Amino acid sequence: MGLNDDEMKLRVTPIGNGTVIDHIPAGQALNVLKILGIDRTTEATISVLMNVASRRSGRKDVVKVEDRELKEEEVNKISLIAPGATINIIRDRKVVEKRTVDIPDLIVGVLRCPNPSCISNTSEPIKSHLLVKSKNPVVLRCVYCEQTIVENIADYLI
Amino acid sequence: MFAKRHVISMREFSRDEIDSVLDLAESLEPSARGGRCEALRGKILALLFFEPSTRTRLSFETAMMRLGGKTLNLGPAEGSAMAKGESLADTIRVIGAYADALVIRHPKEGSARLASQFSPVPVLNAGDGAGHHPTQTLLDLYTIRKESSLDDLKIALVGDLKYGRTVHSLAYALALYGAEITLVSPPTLEMPDRIKADLAGNGTIVRETHALDDVLDEVDVLYITRIQKERFPDPYEYQKVARSYRIGTENLEGARDRLIIMHPLPRVDEIKPEVDETRHAVYFRQSFYGVPVRMALLKMLVGDGLE
Repeated sequence: MGLNDDEMKLRVTPIGNGTVIDHIPAGQALNVLKILGIDRTTEATISVLMNVASRRSGRKDVVKVEDRELKEEEVNKISLIAPGATINIIRDRKVVEKRTVDIPDLIVGVLRCPNPSCISNTSEPIKSHLLVKSKNPVVLRCVYCEQTIVENIADYLI
Repeated sequence: MFAKRHVISMREFSRDEIDSVLDLAESLEPSARGGRCEALRGKILALLFFEPSTRTRLSFETAMMRLGGKTLNLGPAEGSAMAKGESLADTIRVIGAYADALVIRHPKEGSARLASQFSPVPVLNAGDGAGHHPTQTLLDLYTIRKESSLDDLKIALVGDLKYGRTVHSLAYALALYGAEITLVSPPTLEMPDRIKADLAGNGTIVRETHALDDVLDEVDVLYITRIQKERFPDPYEYQKVARSYRIGTENLEGARDRLIIMHPLPRVDEIKPEVDETRHAVYFRQSFYGVPVRMALLKMLVGDGLE
């Protein structure tokens, strides 16, 4: 809090090319990386900012992925835990595209079904499939056993 | 009218589709009683029961044989390839290549849906864990249509309305017919709120009570279910509710003349044997109706449909 511009720059360097995911709810940045499949094998430079002061929501997380423009279907998956996130595509230090995220109608292989007796939680050669029954509030339903997920969605990330 | 390839869940049935199944079942009833029918001659139905079942399995077998077809039985799961660690998906692909349709009962919820994704032939769900059992619901509807009426129906669903998911599918299906539903259960076994909300959202009239005597003189159908011991984590909780409702002839004195009593069977002691001899008891006929209803589904899925 109370950082001046120079101090802020030390922490948050603007990127030249890539994607900035802004307005992630505080504490969810690592889950966002998980959903995007970004892990130690990723070669791109990634900056993760957590608990940054935000005028809109008090505190927020920000994720920057350099030299990679995330596709719409990739970033839409993060809407499950960060519905208010904004996606900025950066080229030559300029924001060339800014968009919000939209929950897709079907979520495949991102969350596991909460029902321990569901066939999708066994070693069968299938991915989890969750239908989005409602976007606000988020209500998901397992295509296999029809169990619904309404809260603590991040707990079910695969 | 009936464009389905698989029968997995009642949720996927429209009222028109249900009616077309029931109509065909009605026309097949003489064959179900032993009349000659060769509609599925040369066809093979594979029965894959990974969980014990007597009436559902035998009823499917009877249905196929009454249509002139033959059946294959997967032996107890432990004797089959599954015990060697083969996935259900592979088992389905292999057996799907031998038969013209598959009937599956499996302990995992959603297993029939998975089977339908891997099977080259139609799949009929005969119970997936605590999940769906659509052919039971269809035979229940057929029974009501035959023995009472699906129009302006007043029905009481009695017993375990919390864990008994077949009662849930039945309630959804009855809502399609505008039935007035009374839920009778012990306080700990009430129907889940989300289902009551769904039903009310469809404009269905739903009442709730804990006392069976409150409704006995008002309904056309009494649908009794067994309180299933295996669903209770705590045996003490089971003991508390096990004998909540027992129907005897003394309960039926004020009942409507045309009241019918249904039960998916097996019963334990929810209905006293003395009731069997009354005009109200239809549960053994209900069990038989599983044959024409399953014949209708098999004919639609395996044969040339409605002709």
